[in-house]
Amino acid sequence: MRELYTHNLSVIHRIDARTKAIFALAFIIFLNLTPSGAWPAYILFTTLICSLALLSRSGMSLILKRSLLALPFVLAALPLIFAGPAPQGQVTVLNGLQITYSMEGLSRFASIAIKSWVSVMAAVLLAATTRFPDLLLALEQLRIPQLFVAIIGLMWRYLFVISDEVTRMLRARASRSAIAPGSSHTGGTLLWRARVTGGMAGSLFLRSIERSDRVYAAMLSRGYTGELPSYETIPLSTKDMLTLVLGILLLVLLWALGVLTGG
Amino acid sequence: MEPIIEISNLSFSYPDGKQALDDIHLQVLPGEKVALVGANGAGKSTLLYHLNGIFSGCGKVSIDNLELNKHNLAKIRALIGVVFQNPDDQLFSPTVFEDIAYGPIYQGFDRITVQKKVEQALKAVHMDDYAGRNPYHLSSGEKKRISIATVLSMQPKILALDEPTAGLDPRARRELIELLFELSQTMLIATHDLDMVKKLTTRTILLNRGKIAADGPSVSILRNEDLLKVNGLI
Repeated sequence: MRELYTHNLSVIHRIDARTKAIFALAFIIFLNLTPSGAWPAYILFTTLICSLALLSRSGMSLILKRSLLALPFVLAALPLIFAGPAPQGQVTVLNGLQITYSMEGLSRFASIAIKSWVSVMAAVLLAATTRFPDLLLALEQLRIPQLFVAIIGLMWRYLFVISDEVTRMLRARASRSAIAPGSSHTGGTLLWRARVTGGMAGSLFLRSIERSDRVYAAMLSRGYTGELPSYETIPLSTKDMLTLVLGILLLVLLWALGVLTGG
Repeated sequence: MEPIIEISNLSFSYPDGKQALDDIHLQVLPGEKVALVGANGAGKSTLLYHLNGIFSGCGKVSIDNLELNKHNLAKIRALIGVVFQNPDDQLFSPTVFEDIAYGPIYQGFDRITVQKKVEQALKAVHMDDYAGRNPYHLSSGEKKRISIATVLSMQPKILALDEPTAGLDPRARRELIELLFELSQTMLIATHDLDMVKKLTTRTILLNRGKIAADGPSVSILRNEDLLKVNGLI
C-alpha cells in the first residue's frame, strides 16, 4: 500500500492544511447543494478542481485513477434511470422485452455521477497535497473532537500494518496453491475458495481486534488517560485567510450559477 | 547427484531501489539440510521467497530440474513447501483440518485422499488430535507445527523455513528441532538460531547485504568467530 501524499513544493502543497481542508469541505458541500441538471456549473466545478490538480503537479492521471473510488456511489444511483419520475419512455429490446426509462431519472443519475466523482477528486487532491499528520493537526485546530482525530490517526497508522498482514497472508496462500505432480486439475470449487477467503477475513479480524487490545495496553502503560495533549493554535496567515475567503466566494458564485441554470 | 535447487546469477531489488540479493549462485543436493544465516536485512527471507516465485528477480532458479517461470509456477509450489515466519499468516482457516487440507483440496484431490493426507501430515508433526481445533488459539509451538503440517500435506520434496524457532519457548524449540531432524525433506532454513544450525544442519550459507559471504560445512563456519562477528551474527 502506498502513501496518498506525493511530495513536491507546488503552490497547492504550500497552502496551510487548514485552508485546504476547509476549502475541500466547502467545495464538496457547495457542489452537492447545486441542483441536478446544472451542467454549466458542473463544468466549472470540474474545471476548478482539475486546474488545482494541475497546479499541484501531483499528476492528473494519479488523481483521476484514485477518483475511481467514486464508482460504487455511482452504481447505487443507477436504478434512477429506470425508476425515475414521469414522463417515462419505453424501449423494446430482444425477445420483445420492454424496458422503462425516464429522461428525468437519467438526468438525475448523470448529476449524481458527476457530483460524486468530482467530490472524490477534491478529497483525493487534498490527500495528495497535504501530509497526513498536517491534516490531522488541521482537523484538531478546526475544533473537530480530539477523539475523532485520534481515531482517524490510529486508523491511518494501522491500515498500513494490516495491509502488510494481508499481503503476507496472500503470499502464504499462494505458496500452497499448487498443482500435484502428474495432474492438471487445480483450484478447487468456487464455493470452497469463497470459504477460504472468508476464513482469511475472519482471522484477520480476530488478529486486528487482539492487536487493538495490545496497542491500547501499550498506550495505557505510557500514561494515556483518554485525553491527548492539544497543541497551541497558530492563527492562519493573512495570505492563507485571503486565499480561503476568495476560494469560498468563488464556490458560492458557482453554486449560484448552478441554482440559476439547474432544474 | 543432480542438485534439487539450482540458483544462478540471481539478483533482486525492492521497488524502493534497495538491493536485496546480489548475484547469488547456489546449489543444494537432495536430502541436504542447509542453514541460511545472516543479520536482519541480509536477504534471507527474500531468497526463500524466490524459491517458489513469490518474488521474481533477475537470474535463473530451478527446482528439481524445473525452471521457475510462470508456466511451471504451480508445479514448483507443490515441490517446495514454504513455512512462513509468522504462523498467523499461514493459518487462516477456522479449523486445523481445513488449514492442512487447503493444499490438497486446491490440488484437486478427492475427499478421502484429502482426509488421508491431512492425517499423515498431522501424524508427521505429532499433533494427531488437533484436527478439530481452532488454529488461532494454539500456543506458538503448536502453531509452528501446524504450519509445517500445512505444507507437508502436499508432500513436498523441499521445505523452506523462515525463522522456525523465533519466539518459541525452550521446550517448544527443542521439540521443533527434533521434528525437523526427523523429517527427510531437503531443507533450507533461514535463521538466527546458531545453536539450531549446529544441531540440525550440515551446511551453512552466510548472507551479508544480499551477497553470499560464506558457504561451507556448518561446523567450520560456526567455529570461525571472526567471520560471524563481521557478518553480524554474534
